[in-house]
Amino acid sequence: MIRCENLKFKYSNDVNFQFADFICENNKSLLIIGPSGSGKTTLLHLLAGLLKAQSGDVFINNQSLQQLSDKKLDRFRGEQIGIVFQKSHFVASLNTLENLELTSWLSTCKKNTSNAKSLLEQLGLAERMTYPISSLSMGQQQRLSIARAVINKPSIILADEPTSSLDDENCQIVADILNKTAQEILASLIVVSHDQRLKARFNQQYTIQ
Amino acid sequence: MIFKLAIRNILHKPLNALMSFVLLASGVALISLLLILQEQFENRFSKNMEGIDQVMGAKGSPLQLILSAVYQIDAPTGNINYSQAKRWMDHPFTQKAIPLSYGDNYNGFRIIGSNSDYIEHFDAELAEGKMFENDFEVVIGSAVAAQTGLKLNDVFHSLHGSAETGEAHDHNHFVVTGILQPKGSLIDHLIICNLESYWLLHEHEGDDEDSLEVEEKQITAVLFKFKNKMAAIQWPRMVSENSDMQLASPAIEVNRLFTLFGIGIEVINYLGWGILLMACLSIFIGLYNNLKERKYELAIMRVSGGGRSLLLALLCVESFIITISGYLAGTLVARFALYFISKASEMQFKIEFDPFVFIWEKEIIIFLLALFIGLIAALVPALKAYYLNISDTLAKDK
Repeated sequence: MIRCENLKFKYSNDVNFQFADFICENNKSLLIIGPSGSGKTTLLHLLAGLLKAQSGDVFINNQSLQQLSDKKLDRFRGEQIGIVFQKSHFVASLNTLENLELTSWLSTCKKNTSNAKSLLEQLGLAERMTYPISSLSMGQQQRLSIARAVINKPSIILADEPTSSLDDENCQIVADILNKTAQEILASLIVVSHDQRLKARFNQQYTIQ
Repeated sequence: MIFKLAIRNILHKPLNALMSFVLLASGVALISLLLILQEQFENRFSKNMEGIDQVMGAKGSPLQLILSAVYQIDAPTGNINYSQAKRWMDHPFTQKAIPLSYGDNYNGFRIIGSNSDYIEHFDAELAEGKMFENDFEVVIGSAVAAQTGLKLNDVFHSLHGSAETGEAHDHNHFVVTGILQPKGSLIDHLIICNLESYWLLHEHEGDDEDSLEVEEKQITAVLFKFKNKMAAIQWPRMVSENSDMQLASPAIEVNRLFTLFGIGIEVINYLGWGILLMACLSIFIGLYNNLKERKYELAIMRVSGGGRSLLLALLCVESFIITISGYLAGTLVARFALYFISKASEMQFKIEFDPFVFIWEKEIIIFLLALFIGLIAALVPALKAYYLNISDTLAKDK
């Protein structure tokens, strides 16, 4: 469950954002829509604790992000939040499987190889396991990015424009996988996007003005 | 995992790392080679002059006299009159005096005419056979036996001079009566006989010359150990003023030699430090340049739960892997180089170096220095990674 209260963020006097309060329950999904420059990414970073709000707070399973120290926040994020970015970045020196293993190691200090392998199979990347990241297509990279977001079974999955750089077919595949995997681990899914193709797939929507 | 990641990152961009590695290894190799060489060189030099206060020989270069009489490297300075030298040898100030005749060789190994004191001087013991008793009987060092294949009771002719191509003394022949145990010092490379053999050997040459001079028995040098140290101060002047002879102190001459070498050694040493500095810079540039491309993956690692200190550690470990492997390679290269230098110097100067001797306190300093270089080189990039703004990094990349 993720809830935000009274969130405000200011880059400068000209650019400051104020966000309406909302809640996203476990096993539910929410689409946040807005034109570019409306503060979508800022909101997502606030929800993920990558940015600290000037006022207001974000609660994940009733834990206030504002009250966590930097170090604890890194750990908390690793355990509770999975994030899919518009453009996925991976550790270039590691192959597909190793990147997933690294993610599980970073948050739990243990390599969860079996989980990583089954996720890759589930997402149709099984035969790419030992390939370098650079050999994956954009769609495949985005699927791997989702695998990375869910491998630690977080309670919140945040996605920043996960489909906007994909063609229609891959857009549907990625959106399906996001919903399905979020439901499997009973996580709240929040997608931030201006991609109109996603509108039909989410019941709960919130538009930033 | 962090170690594995560091290795994979290094191998991902191997040329950068290779450059740093090679620079560091060469710097370390140069410095540690000099270190061992200097230490062992001085060791060997002082070992051979132990128990020798001064050397008496014909007038000429005192350094040449020391190098030829004590180390058997240089050519002899000339001959001195045995009866004249004998007066000093029998002087009450003298504790021990070892007369030496040299200048002939067999297959490049010098033949020394002396007495059993000379062998005792090196603490050498017989491995087989017996000490020389009669004229033309010799005891040979272990290296001589190994390289010439001479065995007990073998017979050989000597050559005049120290080169293998000298004029042969084919009228007299030497017989091997004993072989010495290896000592790792000069004695391994020598052939020793009594003084009389030398006189007999060269008597024939004197036939055409003035017969009066032939009667005068000649030797090349005398190694002195004094009972009364006053001799070391008074004798050199007395000897040089009253005869054709001189007294030289090995300690002073060798010191002079080291001062001459010292300048060269210092220059190479600075070169080594310069290369280490470049290695440090190369590691720094490698890490710093990579940081630009890698900041996204570092940000992603933070997002996945890795703390700031993990990124700091990762970059430091990468730097340490390069410096430590460079240090090990450099040390290894230094040993190999020393092995070959030892081979060459054994042939030329009869000085061997042991490549497997470790001067721990100094090697550890070099090791710590390598670590320090790794730390300094990684510091700025690692701190940059530590303070990476992940939100900014990820938001700007659209």
